[in-house]
Amino acid sequence: MLINILFYLFSATLITASLGVVLARNSVHSAMFLVLAFFTSSGLWLLLGAEFLAIVLVLVYVGAVMVLFLFVVMMLDVNVAQMREGFTRYAPLGALIALIVIAEICYVVWHPSLKLDMLGLTSDVAASASNTRSLGLVLYTKYAYPFQLAAVLLLLAIVAAITLTMRQRPNLKKQDISAQVAVRKGDRLRVVQVASEKRP
Amino acid sequence: MQNLLLLIVLAPLAAAALAGLFGRLIGRAGAHTVTILGVAVAFAGSATVLYRMLYEGAPAFNEVIYTWLVSDGIRFEVGFLVDHLTALMMVVVTFVSLMVHVYTIGYMHDDDGYQRFFSYISLFTFAMLMLVMSNNFLQLFFGWEAVGLVSYLLIGFWYTRPTAIFANMKAFLVNRVGDFGFVLGIAAIVYYTGSLRYADAFAAAPEIAAQGFIPWAGASWNAMTVVCILLFIGAMGKSAQVPLHVWLPDSMEGPTPISALIHAATMVTAGIFMVARMSPLFELSPTARSFVLVIGATTALFMGFLGIIQNDIKRVVAYSTLSQLGYMTVALGVSAYSVAIFHLMTHAFFKALLFLAAGSVIIGMHHEQDMRKMGGLRRYMPITYWTSLIGSLALIGFPGFAGFYSKDSIIEAVHAALEGGKVSGAGYAYVCVVVGVFVTAFYSFRMIFMTFHGEERMDHHTKEHLHESPWVVTVPLVLLAIPSVVIGGWTMGPVLFGGYFGEAIRVLPANDVVAKLGEEWHGPLAFIVEGFTSPTLYIALAGVATAWYLYLKAPALPARIRAGAEPIYRLLENKYYFDWFNENVLAAGSRWFGNRFWTIGDQFVIDGALVNGSARTVGLLGALVRHLQSGLLYHYAFAMIIGLSALLAYILYRA
Amino acid sequence: MIGLPHYLTLAGIVFSIAVAGIFLNRKNVIVLLMCIELMLLAVNFNFVAFSHFLGDLSGQVFVFFILTVAAAEAAIGLAILVVLFRERRSIDVEELDTMRG
Repeated sequence: MLINILFYLFSATLITASLGVVLARNSVHSAMFLVLAFFTSSGLWLLLGAEFLAIVLVLVYVGAVMVLFLFVVMMLDVNVAQMREGFTRYAPLGALIALIVIAEICYVVWHPSLKLDMLGLTSDVAASASNTRSLGLVLYTKYAYPFQLAAVLLLLAIVAAITLTMRQRPNLKKQDISAQVAVRKGDRLRVVQVASEKRP
Repeated sequence: MQNLLLLIVLAPLAAAALAGLFGRLIGRAGAHTVTILGVAVAFAGSATVLYRMLYEGAPAFNEVIYTWLVSDGIRFEVGFLVDHLTALMMVVVTFVSLMVHVYTIGYMHDDDGYQRFFSYISLFTFAMLMLVMSNNFLQLFFGWEAVGLVSYLLIGFWYTRPTAIFANMKAFLVNRVGDFGFVLGIAAIVYYTGSLRYADAFAAAPEIAAQGFIPWAGASWNAMTVVCILLFIGAMGKSAQVPLHVWLPDSMEGPTPISALIHAATMVTAGIFMVARMSPLFELSPTARSFVLVIGATTALFMGFLGIIQNDIKRVVAYSTLSQLGYMTVALGVSAYSVAIFHLMTHAFFKALLFLAAGSVIIGMHHEQDMRKMGGLRRYMPITYWTSLIGSLALIGFPGFAGFYSKDSIIEAVHAALEGGKVSGAGYAYVCVVVGVFVTAFYSFRMIFMTFHGEERMDHHTKEHLHESPWVVTVPLVLLAIPSVVIGGWTMGPVLFGGYFGEAIRVLPANDVVAKLGEEWHGPLAFIVEGFTSPTLYIALAGVATAWYLYLKAPALPARIRAGAEPIYRLLENKYYFDWFNENVLAAGSRWFGNRFWTIGDQFVIDGALVNGSARTVGLLGALVRHLQSGLLYHYAFAMIIGLSALLAYILYRA
Repeated sequence: MIGLPHYLTLAGIVFSIAVAGIFLNRKNVIVLLMCIELMLLAVNFNFVAFSHFLGDLSGQVFVFFILTVAAAEAAIGLAILVVLFRERRSIDVEELDTMRG
């Protein structure tokens, strides 16, 4: 019963936070709503017995990604009013599309022939051994190589982000190797004919 | 026998290969030694074959040497059919070829293409032998095309002259027209008999003649007529009959020995030989023979007219060749095949003689061919003069000379056919050949008088160097002059009336005009005596007298006649506008069609509509579709979401 | 009893809200990026829910990888955003139409 109450509570919070992300006038507010959405998701995942992922979500997203977002939002001087142009004009269309998609998903999910609501009643994963331990066992054995790839991907993201944003200062002193290789004699040396002076 | 025949054929080929491929290695002397040796071997072999057939009664040889391939029951073979007809042709071809080889040593003495030339003429000998010795249509066609190729190469022998290149292109193209008919004829025979061998075609001849050929609904032609006319179209190209004669006068651009060998004595008679060889087929189609007759008669007379106004010594001889080929064709048309071959043989000797004599004159005149700049050469070149006089007398049919027997036989045969009344067109042909006698005599002696008699019109420098040609030139002249005199009287009896050809030439008894001539045959001497009483001789003498009067007695008169008969003169000058027609109607028409195909078919339809059109269609489509590519993120996202929800709806609807 | 359909419905709602957000915020790239994060979160929800109810850990491993990719994407996206702003002094999506056909 408690779980049911918690689910509905978190669900309502999540939907509200999502709406907040979308509708907030200020980008900073949007980011804060997103943080809230992540927190409530983390709670819901705990209900599903995915403790490790719940913690990772909070640590990685809220701790790293969202900070990054906030950092960028605050760094860029964005004209908020201008950003809201055309918002109301497209609101009905967006809402309509969203409602249609929701209706369709509900139709599928709740269709009696699928019997999705009967799943999981027979097994109880959450009650078994530590989620973190079992996830670790799978991740470092069966998914060892994809895990390595994920690490490389993150490295790639770091390199890409740095190269994208790095700026050369105009009067920075540095070595240009290709220019050194391509140099010609005429660039450096000039032979001048000097009239010899007469001996006094 | 088989080995001997192979030797005859392959000796010139080997010589040609040696002289052609290793010409630089073996040098000039090596080249002419090896090719003359090859042709001499072929001549000796041919003479042996003829001797064995005549005096030892050797049977006709008809065997397959090599089967190239078999396709759908049709056998492609190399085989020899050597009977009396072939043996005669082989001896004529190799003898004239041998003479020309020897003569060439003198004529081409200073030419850079010496080895090349010897290689070509040896190759020609090989090809011509393959043609005459064949026992099937495929090999016949091979020889046919091979002699055409060598002819093309030799007309354009001096390939730096634009006129020579034009002439050989013309010869090649005109011959293609004839060959097209020829190939169709062969195809028709294969269609009706399923075989390429002569023997099968002859055996099936009555069946072919009984069939109908339906070119379009509602019309029906005799299949044999179609076959024969198609084959004869090939002969028209090769033997230069009107209207496919236009290439032969231009072919005189080649060196003179070639004019003698290929364009007078041998290759151009291939058509005559082929029709004679196909006599079992032609006998069954009176329509085709009438066609042959009319074409031949037209050629005989009207090409003779053209010879009258020519000033180039070789062109006079060339038009006389055309005219004589017309005579042979006329003989074929009245079923006197043996007479045609007889004239072919005598003509080969005296026409080769005339050409070589003309060549000798040209050597003496330092390659000047215009008769208006000659005259009085008799004193400087006696051997050339006497031999060409013999040749001319033979050509006009003076009693006793070779041409007399053959040409008179033709006229008699046409006369007999006219009396028989079975051949349509015989009346026209008779008029043509009789008038042709006058014309022949006139232009022949016009040439003799302009060249060898009268005042000396050449310049001083040439006159100083005038002298008789070296022995390599005069010996062939003398050797050819001998048969030009004697061959007619010597062989006429056996060849025409002695059943020499036997089974090689088949004539239906109803058409046999030669047999009618035979009834009045009492030996060559009686024929000469008869010749002195016949009007033909006096017609010829009238021609000679006219030439004498116009060109020796009153040299100013021809110019006056020319001025008086300007339109006729212009007609002759332009060769009846055949060339004009070919160039301005046929060639221009083809070019017009080609241009239309190019601009409409290629540029508009293929390039425009298909190639550029498809590109343009894609471009147009792209121009429409690119409006969807707004570059705006939310448009794409919107499209994605709409698509997603639509897809989802569709799946739900289906489920 | 809360079952799988509840979670899936919740994920669908969050996803749809994020989609609608993309339509509404057509000027602000930062909010667009946030909407994408929200969509990824909704997808992750599905994975976790299925993993739980099917008793299979693979779903959670997948979520782990998606988080990695999402973090990388956020980092690079923001880097691009910074460069973009530096070049244009604006983050208006409607001005980003150099790829227009």
